[in-house]
Amino acid sequence: MNQHFSSGIAGGQNSLRNYPDDRGRFGQFGGRFVAETLMPVIREVERAYLEIKDDAEFHAELDGYLKNYVGRPSALWYAERLTEHLGGAKIYLKREDLNHTGAHKINSCMGQILLARRMGKTRIIAETGAGQHGVATATVCALFGLPCVIYMGATDVERQKPNVFRMKLLGAEVRPVEAGAGTLKDAMNEALRDWVTNVHDTYYLIGTAAGPHPFPAMVRDFQCVIGNEAKAQLMEAEGRLPDVAIACVGGGSNAIGLFHPFLDEAVKLIGVEAGGHGIDTDKTAASLARGKPGVLHGNLTYLLQNDDGQIQEAHSISAGLDYPGLGPEHSFLFENGRVEYVPINDDEALEAFQLLCRVEGIIPALESAHALAHVTKLAPTLGRDQIILVNLSGRGDKDIFTVAAHTGVTL
Amino acid sequence: MSRIAARFASLKKEGRGALIPFLEAFDPDLETSQAILAGMPAAGADLIEIGMPFTDPMADGPIIQLAGQRGLKAGATLKGTLAMVRRFREADDRTPIVLMGYLNPIVAYGPEAFCQDAAAAGVDGLIAVDLPPEEADLLAPHAAAQGIDIIRLVAPTTDESRLPYVLEGSSGFVYYVSIAGITGTRTASSADLSAAIPRVRKFTDLPIAIGFGIRTPEQAANATEIADAAIVASALIDTLARTLDEDGRALPGTVDAVLDQVRALAEAVRGVRVAA
Ligand SMILES: Cc1ncc(COP(=O)(O)O)c(C=O)c1O
Repeated sequence: MNQHFSSGIAGGQNSLRNYPDDRGRFGQFGGRFVAETLMPVIREVERAYLEIKDDAEFHAELDGYLKNYVGRPSALWYAERLTEHLGGAKIYLKREDLNHTGAHKINSCMGQILLARRMGKTRIIAETGAGQHGVATATVCALFGLPCVIYMGATDVERQKPNVFRMKLLGAEVRPVEAGAGTLKDAMNEALRDWVTNVHDTYYLIGTAAGPHPFPAMVRDFQCVIGNEAKAQLMEAEGRLPDVAIACVGGGSNAIGLFHPFLDEAVKLIGVEAGGHGIDTDKTAASLARGKPGVLHGNLTYLLQNDDGQIQEAHSISAGLDYPGLGPEHSFLFENGRVEYVPINDDEALEAFQLLCRVEGIIPALESAHALAHVTKLAPTLGRDQIILVNLSGRGDKDIFTVAAHTGVTL
Repeated sequence: MSRIAARFASLKKEGRGALIPFLEAFDPDLETSQAILAGMPAAGADLIEIGMPFTDPMADGPIIQLAGQRGLKAGATLKGTLAMVRRFREADDRTPIVLMGYLNPIVAYGPEAFCQDAAAAGVDGLIAVDLPPEEADLLAPHAAAQGIDIIRLVAPTTDESRLPYVLEGSSGFVYYVSIAGITGTRTASSADLSAAIPRVRKFTDLPIAIGFGIRTPEQAANATEIADAAIVASALIDTLARTLDEDGRALPGTVDAVLDQVRALAEAVRGVRVAA
């Protein structure tokens, strides 16, 4: 079996790693709430995924691409200056920003594109918020010569211009979505509409650990390479596991990829949601702090919604976290208390963004800056013998315009 | 016998198929949509489908998306939609009403409470677009307890190995989604429908309604020749939308424009005689 994959069996009988069940449920969460037109292809994806899950040949191929194309393993960096600056726990950064295309998204894209090819699909669609998943998808499509359509909310097209141009350079067609607030939720609606219409030849390469089963489980499995590598790297560096592991949560793929291999270990896990202007305002993306369970985009999970079950617009300075829901496994880990979820507001993320630039010479993605902001609060409260592992899910080149605008700089 | 079963039984005796027009609740406002609903039976509606507005209607094209947005802006809620049905029932106790929508508002209402209140209001059937048979247990037991039919969707992608599974828990009628796609875009050819409907018929005795892509009286008539009912949605909403002023408000001709179109569709459907 492949070491990058955390298959359920690895977890033992009462392990939290044994989910989902065969209905795609993590406790009550998850499932496959899609229109009948899509059900047959969803089942087809599930069968294909089960086939490759423990297939040595598939994993040998995937590992080859991850090593030679993506550049894995990604480094584990002891952030000594940040540690000194905060004056508490030792901070290690898992450098997903160093991957080809600059974020963790490519891990799952690589796996899914190989799956789509196996399934004989000849056209790829995806949704994107920050554009990182769109870029990663366009990249793997270019690599395999497959046509690619990326749906992106019109607001996001505006605030993530560099990534839009990148996708176009890579040969993708970027379709701006005007509906709603023009953000990730609207892009996902439109991608699902495309899939329903072109289901015969199209694979929907979902960008996060959400959507109908098997996507939450499959994307997680492809992202577990993050946690598995970090575990081994930290064992080598420190001879032990971290005390705390922290990641930002949009849909939840980088976080679950980091957390899952640690679920059965004595490691405190903290997911950081985007608080936006604050969880007591209506400009927030903190689905766990402010939402309740419901059904959207194929899964039952926590959602920002009003009393009538209408979905509310999320807000975050970071396009990649600007979504009114999150993957079902996080809802499950929230309710059973295994993972703690905290909100970080726009201004706190901006501050952490600038801090990392200055003290470590690393420009983080605004998404990852949410995780870092929580580290700046937590580290000083812990002893110097404690270790915090934080997922630096992506690099921030794409965000410099947003940060400039928010700090009053005209580029 | 349920209103839906009774209506299909009497149409069978008449030797014709059913016209099922669709309206979106509160589109563009409560008064207008209540007036359209009230006028539909006299205009020739045999059953009526009411759309329950949702912020994220993933199976709908632009026409119904906009209708839902107008409805929400006008204050549509599930409670408000049920109140529309209750008011309709004061004058009409025979025409079956089917509510169509997405799951989340129902989950927020509480599936059990919703089915109780819907039955009390006079609702006969429910279509939840994003509730495939795999997840039906969320709603089906509560609907059954209240005598509400759960109308299942069958799509061109539903193959013969899956059909029995999909049809097993169906009641009322079967909704054949005639194209792989979203509402208000393409239209299935008569040849496609003639091949598809007998394939579904092999697995069910329920009436079969064809929806998605039926726009004209000819297409509606054709659908009832091949199946048992024609569902017309986007074409009617398109007509309604064209009558609205710049701010999306109804004008004096709005209700009549929609009902005239229902009449034209009904006339065509009634012109088709099928073997009883
Ligand atoms: C760098 C980065 N981190 C995190 C996210 C959030 O996604 P997820 O929660 O699936 O990791 C994104 C999404 O665009 C991203 O680009």
